[in-house]
Amino acid sequence: MEAIRTENLSKYYGKARGIEQISLSVAEGEFFGFIGPNGAGKSTTIRTLLGLICPTGGQAAVLGFDIVKEKEQILARTGYLPSEAMFHPGMRVRDVLKFSADLRKKDCREAADGLCERLQLDTRRKVDELSFGNRKKVAIVCALQHEPQLLILDEPTSGLDPLMQKAFFEILRERNGKGTTVFLSSHILSEIQRNCSRAAIIRAGRIIVCDSVDALSQTNARRVTVHGSVSLEGLSGVRDIREADGTVSFLYNGAMNALLRTLAAGEVTDLSVSEPDLEEIFLHFYEK
Amino acid sequence: MTLIKHELRQGKLSFLIWTASIGALLAICIFLFPEMKGQMEGVNDIFASMGSFTEAFGMDRLNFGTLIGFYAVECGNVLGLGGAFFASLCAVGMLSKEEKDRTAEFLLTHPVSRRRIVTGKLSAVFVQIVAMNAILYAISMGSIMAVGEEIPWKELNLFHLAYFLLQLELAGICFGVSAFMRKGSAGAGLGIAAMMYFLNLVANITEAAEFLKYITPFGYCEGAEIVANGRLDGGLLALGLAFGAVGIVAAYLQYCRKDITV
Repeated sequence: MEAIRTENLSKYYGKARGIEQISLSVAEGEFFGFIGPNGAGKSTTIRTLLGLICPTGGQAAVLGFDIVKEKEQILARTGYLPSEAMFHPGMRVRDVLKFSADLRKKDCREAADGLCERLQLDTRRKVDELSFGNRKKVAIVCALQHEPQLLILDEPTSGLDPLMQKAFFEILRERNGKGTTVFLSSHILSEIQRNCSRAAIIRAGRIIVCDSVDALSQTNARRVTVHGSVSLEGLSGVRDIREADGTVSFLYNGAMNALLRTLAAGEVTDLSVSEPDLEEIFLHFYEK
Repeated sequence: MTLIKHELRQGKLSFLIWTASIGALLAICIFLFPEMKGQMEGVNDIFASMGSFTEAFGMDRLNFGTLIGFYAVECGNVLGLGGAFFASLCAVGMLSKEEKDRTAEFLLTHPVSRRRIVTGKLSAVFVQIVAMNAILYAISMGSIMAVGEEIPWKELNLFHLAYFLLQLELAGICFGVSAFMRKGSAGAGLGIAAMMYFLNLVANITEAAEFLKYITPFGYCEGAEIVANGRLDGGLLALGLAFGAVGIVAAYLQYCRKDITV
């Protein structure tokens, strides 16, 4: 059975585009990445799958249940981590966790205690006093404590420090190892590359590519910025060259050794090699 | 039940403040009565000759020198306005606050149907209104006993019943409004309650505007009418409760299909 299946799923807000003709298939047990810049339609897709908004076209099923007619069955088996977690004012963390468990009619105390310990979350504090990162931790525990079959995570690491990000992904990998499907929506490419087996890229409400992360990574270029003088003649795989004030910046998807030899032949005072931003990745896909 | 308890906890402070404020004002009014009773002969004449103002508050048909006349005007205004504001505020924010405070995403991604959420929230409004009216009733009766006056049970029970039903009607209407709003609903709630109150004053002042009594729930809470007839106006009451029911049905229809975008 597929954990998520959408066929031509569309959502318009009046005449404004939300998502158009989204067709996706995520297998059970998969760690699936969903990449796109702000406003691309990631959150709209997720909210449609969770029944927060009604689709205007197409159809979708989550864990075999129809997203319009069988919302409660889906939500009972799904854990959702929103990009910006907000809780009812005046509540303590332990009250929020209990409220969430009670709404699910489950006793999740043991799982919640374990998660709070790993994420170093003080359950006595009031949610109004929490930082963005700590609110995120509360949302993580709410999403995970009932041990769902499917986890839908929207920008999960925003606000978390690197140590917590590490702990969080360890938990996710453990859950995934036990069969939980993870649907990870993010605009941080490295997060997807490190954790996901397959990924889809969404832009302007449409899926532009869906493939294994390995296949996507092979097509990924790097943004190389060199301070100094260097000749790029004869180096293949160079695109989008920008030169200014003794600095040359370009997208590169050729062999790394060839790049290093070229740079070694020049006068390099500083060098940075980074992942190109998503717009560049999108351009890359359009140019294919 | 989980949701009802949650909503009652969330609304606890507001409930306590409103109940304590209205209760204190009611008690103060009643404790002032023995002192005012002796001075009422002259005051009655003044109140009865204030033109439109007299008619607006029904003071031409009530005797301020009796507890029931005093209670109908003074305590009636406190209970009527205070109760109406609380019921409207409580109901108008009940659904919309989830989007205003951006907690809707959290609540609605739990396996609870929208219909159950609406029912739970509506029940929480109802429980608060019932509890507030029970407390205010006890405060009123206790205060009257404390000042040594005889309690006119029938009239007072009818007053309190009328104001309880007024609050239910306003709550039903505001609950319906709440389902359509995403933020800043408090103004709408207060506005509806205040508008209904003033519509009744206008209806009392001029015969041409008497039809307004069919719109405002304050129409069936008129102390002078209740004292004179010894009962509530069934027609106005049925119409008012129908308005409240329309609000509740609208809330279910709208909230169950509403897109939650925040």
